[in-house]
Amino acid sequence: MTSIPTRLTDIARSNRTRILGFSTTDPVQETRLRDIGFAEGDRVEPLHFGLFGRNPMSVRLNGAIIALRRKDAQVILVESVQS
Amino acid sequence: MSETDTLARPVRLALLGAPNCGKTSLFNALTGGRAKVANYPGVTVEYRKGEFSLPDGQIVELLDLPGVYGNTGKSMDERIAIDAVNGRLSGERAPDAIVFMLDAAHIETHLHNVLQAKNYGLPIILVLNMMDMAARDGLNIDIPALGQELGIPVINCVAVRASGRAPLLDFLTEWTGDVEHGSAAVPKSELGDVRELQQRARSATTRSVSRVHQIETFTHRIDKFVLHPVLGLFILLGILFVMFQAVYTWSGPAMDMIESGIGWLQGVVSAVLPDGLLQSLIVDGMIAGVGAVLVFLPQIIILFAFILLLEASGYMARAAFLVDSIMAKAGLNGRAFIPLLSSFACAIPGVMAARTIEQERDRLTTIMIAPLMTCSARWPVYFLIIGAFIPEGRVGVFSQQGLVAFGLIIVGIVFAFIMAAIFKRTLARGESSGLLIELPSYKSPVFKDYLRGLYDRGMIFVNRAGRIILPASVVIWVLTTFPRNAVSINETFAGMIGNIILPVLQPIGFNLEMSISLIPAMAAREVAVSSLATIYAVQGEMVEGQMTDIIASQWSMATGLAFLAWFVFAPQCLSTFAIIRKETNSWKWPLFAFSYLFVLAYLAAAVTYHTAVAFGLG
Repeated sequence: MTSIPTRLTDIARSNRTRILGFSTTDPVQETRLRDIGFAEGDRVEPLHFGLFGRNPMSVRLNGAIIALRRKDAQVILVESVQS
Repeated sequence: MSETDTLARPVRLALLGAPNCGKTSLFNALTGGRAKVANYPGVTVEYRKGEFSLPDGQIVELLDLPGVYGNTGKSMDERIAIDAVNGRLSGERAPDAIVFMLDAAHIETHLHNVLQAKNYGLPIILVLNMMDMAARDGLNIDIPALGQELGIPVINCVAVRASGRAPLLDFLTEWTGDVEHGSAAVPKSELGDVRELQQRARSATTRSVSRVHQIETFTHRIDKFVLHPVLGLFILLGILFVMFQAVYTWSGPAMDMIESGIGWLQGVVSAVLPDGLLQSLIVDGMIAGVGAVLVFLPQIIILFAFILLLEASGYMARAAFLVDSIMAKAGLNGRAFIPLLSSFACAIPGVMAARTIEQERDRLTTIMIAPLMTCSARWPVYFLIIGAFIPEGRVGVFSQQGLVAFGLIIVGIVFAFIMAAIFKRTLARGESSGLLIELPSYKSPVFKDYLRGLYDRGMIFVNRAGRIILPASVVIWVLTTFPRNAVSINETFAGMIGNIILPVLQPIGFNLEMSISLIPAMAAREVAVSSLATIYAVQGEMVEGQMTDIIASQWSMATGLAFLAWFVFAPQCLSTFAIIRKETNSWKWPLFAFSYLFVLAYLAAAVTYHTAVAFGLG
């Protein structure tokens, strides 16, 4: 199965994915995401969504849980992982 | 280095690591919590300095730094941590070595942060904390292999248990000797940007870490409810509501005890000292003034018991998550929640905690609205006026007085949001930085750390009573007692001053005593209560600390309510304006904060007073 890059914001709750990369022209945004731990190859899974506009969202990233806004989540490109 | 030099200069270690990895627990455990800088609840906004001795008697200095991800210093508190490591903090020498701490459960996520820290060019070790919980969650770490991959020593640790700290202490005993003599190895710097470091870290973990994948941990099960978009908000509201109810209903007996203790003390002093000025100074000035504020200690303790518990259990970051989309409406983000919640205790740590906010505009807006949160200095005023005018009955299961207090808190919050929305559209325009925080695993608080935090908060309150309330009470006593031939408060110095500002405050329902009390209350809001106590005591209308009765009989309902409304905004607290001046490095922002709070306080009191009068409560 070929992997289709999808934005993390388009992944439904509890679907396991793997990070492919970041699609942002803002290097600061990418550094912020990398500093807190997002990296290529990492397993990421949306867990919870906020009340208004499903914003913010929380994701399981390896052993940690990270909360972020959709603005940041949408630049994270992922592919589905068969479980 | 000579022997005396060594004695004069203990080895200095910097504790570095991501937020919530347990640095402060380790710091408290090693140093016994005796730190140079007072630790406010909420995030560690200042660095703390402490000392401990190793098993061989060697003294080691330890710096507890704010949590930091990466090495670029995006927010003010991150920059403090990085500056401390680089020796760029004024008046502080650089640390001799770094103890880098990592929550073992998050090793894959944060290992590259250690590689970034290697580049500071200091001897460094990696401490993997909470190894017990990581093992329970099916994580297996080959520590020697990991050490080899990283090229630095790796130590396992359970910071909250003495047996869990033993391997670290044993290692430090050997290592600090080398650090002290400059013979400790400085690891090779890591070349490459954050992406390459992440790849290096990943290959290191692939070879040394294995994880039996657990589908559902305890934290995830709890989060199903706590982070539910609707249920979660109700849980948060419920927690806050219970917290404020508890502040009222649990504190009664302890407050009664303190009150009768004060009355007893006044009785003893009156019996021992002859009637006269000295007796009046001590009984009516000092004891009445300080006592009127000290009586609220139980309520302060209960409030903090909740705040610290929410913080230590890992719930606070969830609260930030839950309110983020609401905060977004005011142009802020969930990160502002933690400084704002700290401001319920005191705006000072709140203003400082705003350092964690990355975007400068967001930080300024948060600082500007922090004084609208109901800080503990307002409680004495609220308790007094509510106690005097709101009957003790219940509405359903809720205490009526608790409901009114809750309402005042809500009014403060609502105005904070309105003002934030206005500031973000005018003075601090611009898009807000995102919420990007880690939600820590739930854990039961370390009882000793918890009690110490509670004790520290209580002592800060008591010390304020000594440093601010006591001198203010003496000043008020002098002003209300002299000249000696005054027959009523009107003819005293206080009365003269009060009469000057009375024309400004009379239209909003304030009387002479209130006008007088507001002047020294510029120093701190609760001084209004101690001043009223002294004023009424000097007038001889108060026997044994029954303030509420006097207020109830002398003030109209409308006046009392107007006073409450004033204190929702109350532009009174020199320390808050001083810290705003310091944190914004300008006079503009503290002056602005004072002005807008004054206008709001005046308008709120006016509207409240005239509405109440119109309903026949004048």
